[in-house]
Amino acid sequence: MTTAQLMPALPEIWLAVAGMALLMIGVFRGDGGTRNLSWLSVLVLVIAIVLVLGGTPGRTVAFGGQFVTDAFAVFVKVIVLIGSMVSIVLALDYIEREEMARFEYPVLIVLATLGMLVMVSANDLITLYLGLELQSLALYVVASFQRDRIRSTEAGLKYFVLGALSSGMLLYGCSLIYGATGATGFEPIAQSISDNEGAASIGLVFGIVFLTAGLAFKVSAVPFHMWTPDVYEGAPTPVTALFAIAPKAAAIALFVRVMIGPFGDIVADWRPILIAISVGSMVLGAVAAINQANIKRLLAYSSIGNMGYALVGLAAGTESGVRGILIYMAIYIVMTSGAFAIVLSMRQKGKMVEGIADLAGLSKTHPGMALAFAIFLFSLAGIPPLAGFFGKLYVFLAAVEAGLYALAVIGVLASVVAAYYYLRIIKIMYFDEAAAPLDKEAVGRGLEAVQAVTALLILLFFVYPSPVLTTAAMAARSLFPV
Amino acid sequence: MSGWPLLSLVTFLPLVGAGIILLTRGSPELVARNARNIALWTSLITFVLSLALWTGFDPDVSDFQFVEKARWIPAFGITYHMGVDGISMFFVLLSTLLTPICVLASWEAIETRVKEYMISFLVLETLMVGTFSALDFVLFYVFFEGVLIPMFLIIGVWGGPRRVYSAFKFFLYTLTGSVLMLLAILAIFFQTGTTDVPTLMLSHLPSTMQKWLWLAFFASFAVKVPMWPVHTWLPDAHVEAPTAGSVILAGVLLKMGAYGFLRFSVPMLPEATAYFTPLIYTLSVVAVIYTSLVALAQEDMKKLIAYSSVAHMGFVTIGIFALNTQAVTGALYQMLSHGIVSAALFLCVGVVYDREHSREISHYGGLVDRMPIYAFVFMVFTMASVGLPGTSGFVGEFLVLTGAFQASTWVATLAATGVILGAAYMLYLYRRVVFGKLEKDHLKDILDLSWREVAVFAPLVVLAIWMGVYPTSFTRPMHASVVNLVTKYETAAVPHSSAIAAARR
Repeated sequence: MTTAQLMPALPEIWLAVAGMALLMIGVFRGDGGTRNLSWLSVLVLVIAIVLVLGGTPGRTVAFGGQFVTDAFAVFVKVIVLIGSMVSIVLALDYIEREEMARFEYPVLIVLATLGMLVMVSANDLITLYLGLELQSLALYVVASFQRDRIRSTEAGLKYFVLGALSSGMLLYGCSLIYGATGATGFEPIAQSISDNEGAASIGLVFGIVFLTAGLAFKVSAVPFHMWTPDVYEGAPTPVTALFAIAPKAAAIALFVRVMIGPFGDIVADWRPILIAISVGSMVLGAVAAINQANIKRLLAYSSIGNMGYALVGLAAGTESGVRGILIYMAIYIVMTSGAFAIVLSMRQKGKMVEGIADLAGLSKTHPGMALAFAIFLFSLAGIPPLAGFFGKLYVFLAAVEAGLYALAVIGVLASVVAAYYYLRIIKIMYFDEAAAPLDKEAVGRGLEAVQAVTALLILLFFVYPSPVLTTAAMAARSLFPV
Repeated sequence: MSGWPLLSLVTFLPLVGAGIILLTRGSPELVARNARNIALWTSLITFVLSLALWTGFDPDVSDFQFVEKARWIPAFGITYHMGVDGISMFFVLLSTLLTPICVLASWEAIETRVKEYMISFLVLETLMVGTFSALDFVLFYVFFEGVLIPMFLIIGVWGGPRRVYSAFKFFLYTLTGSVLMLLAILAIFFQTGTTDVPTLMLSHLPSTMQKWLWLAFFASFAVKVPMWPVHTWLPDAHVEAPTAGSVILAGVLLKMGAYGFLRFSVPMLPEATAYFTPLIYTLSVVAVIYTSLVALAQEDMKKLIAYSSVAHMGFVTIGIFALNTQAVTGALYQMLSHGIVSAALFLCVGVVYDREHSREISHYGGLVDRMPIYAFVFMVFTMASVGLPGTSGFVGEFLVLTGAFQASTWVATLAATGVILGAAYMLYLYRRVVFGKLEKDHLKDILDLSWREVAVFAPLVVLAIWMGVYPTSFTRPMHASVVNLVTKYETAAVPHSSAIAAARR
């Protein structure tokens, strides 16, 4: 294999090498150096972004067709890397305070990120599985990182058992697809389907169903969402933030690549599955969140709902659908990072709190934080002119274009129901009096910076939206060869 | 036209003021004082600037004026396209006029979180002006929906005891209607390939599609107007909102729905408009009669005026859908008049509420003894609301009824009963509050209007009488655009409803 063939995978190679180097440093420095190691990991991820952006433009295939980079991969990788960086920054103070500052933490995140990048670039069912498992294994460990707390270990175990189950389904789906088409590479599968004049054999359809089930688990879409609220609530909050940000984007991207790439010719066969998944996620995410008292559980249901909206774009199965998903995910990452930065700042008398009621009167005690949270919540509810509105606009645009009117109507009505629970938090922050105010002292520079930057991005997105929109459009086009 | 982007300036200047308020620091009293002053001056300057829209407006042109166009979201063909015509120009002025009045009216009434309050109002002003001058459908939607955020906070933070319920009801009702309109906008985009309003007015949509789209628009605008039976959020929102919130709600926000009908439903979906006109007539007539009767039975002053708003907006929708020059001009006139009169009536309630902290009608009586100036001001607006000749209310109602009579005799006859009922509930209210003997002890030392309050009411009194005595200053700029709208509608809707068009002649 020549160097030229390795070049497309340079960011991944860099992350693998750097991840191992970080591990060595960690071993020799011990847990005391976690803060420095975290910043070093951030630097590693920044370099990875540079490598991703500096790669060859256009579509390049490497490793005998198993690995691909294109504009789509670049777009998602940048989102994923930024998301991972934010997750590390968000965790900095927390892991020290809660005595979980072991050096493995940032290293595991770097390794999970490597898995995500591989997922995004997968061009073969085997690569897909490799990336997915690398990511998942690292995340299972991180979920149970507070190993002396029952909630955290329970979350880790639950995530692991259900994750293993879903991996099994996914593998089973892959093997059925292999059986039906005789190939694992995305292009050979597509070729085999088009040789068959776009008719899907029953084995292939079954394979797709199992594959979809496995992937739906990873993006926590209904009916494979049950783990999400428990894991979100149980895992340490920075870990929850990590789960909600980068892996979601990577899994959605993988979902898109698998469905559009090899199975793009038989959209009609898998579209009903996706419509069902996305309607279920939107409705359940909206309704089940209403009665939650824990902010992390609420955000878990919110993420289920949001995945439903993103999948509306995939159900459309068109280029503008993919564009919608990419825009949606980019905005979603920013909103979620900000929201978790707020949750991580919720402390009462030095202890972390997670109850929604603890936010009462926040607008008086912490006006800046309340304003930022209100911006995220209004944006999540999809109220213009905030960024979340544009995310929804573009996925519904795709749905209407594809003629999926019923899906679009259900989607927008679910968004009204969802608006209710977002508004409920705003009501608690702005209309209620504080019973026991949150701590006044600063929660850490990193958190405050994340809050401020994300809030400004969401608030001012409408002023100059075209860079994100245009790049997303280009990225989406790269999935649809002319 | 001058090189100044006048419309953008008027739209975004309040936002600049809001930004400055956001940056003020210091002791709470100082911040509150600065916030009030900055808000007042910003909104006054905005108002003066917006007057240039009126003076610079060419009344002989039916097309959009002060047009500005810039690239915004090229990936989707959405432009930043702003402009006003005879239909929208006065609503921009109404918004810029009422904002400083609201700021002034809240000068002493709002004591907590003054900074946030003033920021909310300035942001609201930007969004209101933007709604009326946006000429791109998505841009319109952004402004139209954005209004919900500051209004939700105004009701919820500074409102009365049941403010939370009302704020949620207001928000969710309006949002439900609007998201359906958003889908309609997207459907139109795929049918025509554009969201540019002037272009859309010239394009023709298939008639089945028109009906669905019309219903989606209706879901949004009918809630906003509000039309019976989706009006129930309005009394709640009005009762709980702070005085200035009610003023803006009644004065401007209700007009957005009716404006939406005129700007979008009628010119873009003429066939569906003709098809659904009986529906609108029915709902409007029910609104006029039923809500007038409900108003008659109210014990709460704000609730009474809120129901009267629903009845008055019923006249507006009749006027819009009667679709001849008199009726549409009348509807526009009625909207402006209602914007001023109902705003002023809410301010009148606010004056006594600030002193007594009660809105119960039975709490008052005989105020004329202690508050002669107040009694006079209240009387002017009561008469204007009733539609006494010589006040603004008369012109609007008269034109609407004249126009409606040509379109449908029955509708006009039934609507006319609303005028009588309107006189009944308003005069009954006035008698109970202002006349009679001043017997209640707590009213013995109530004070008359302060200078600040006189300054709040003076421009509104002048306008209510000016609009009643010399309506031409207002109808003249409207005329060309209204004639253009009606003519276009008649040619477009003829194949479907030649009978209606024939009857109109």
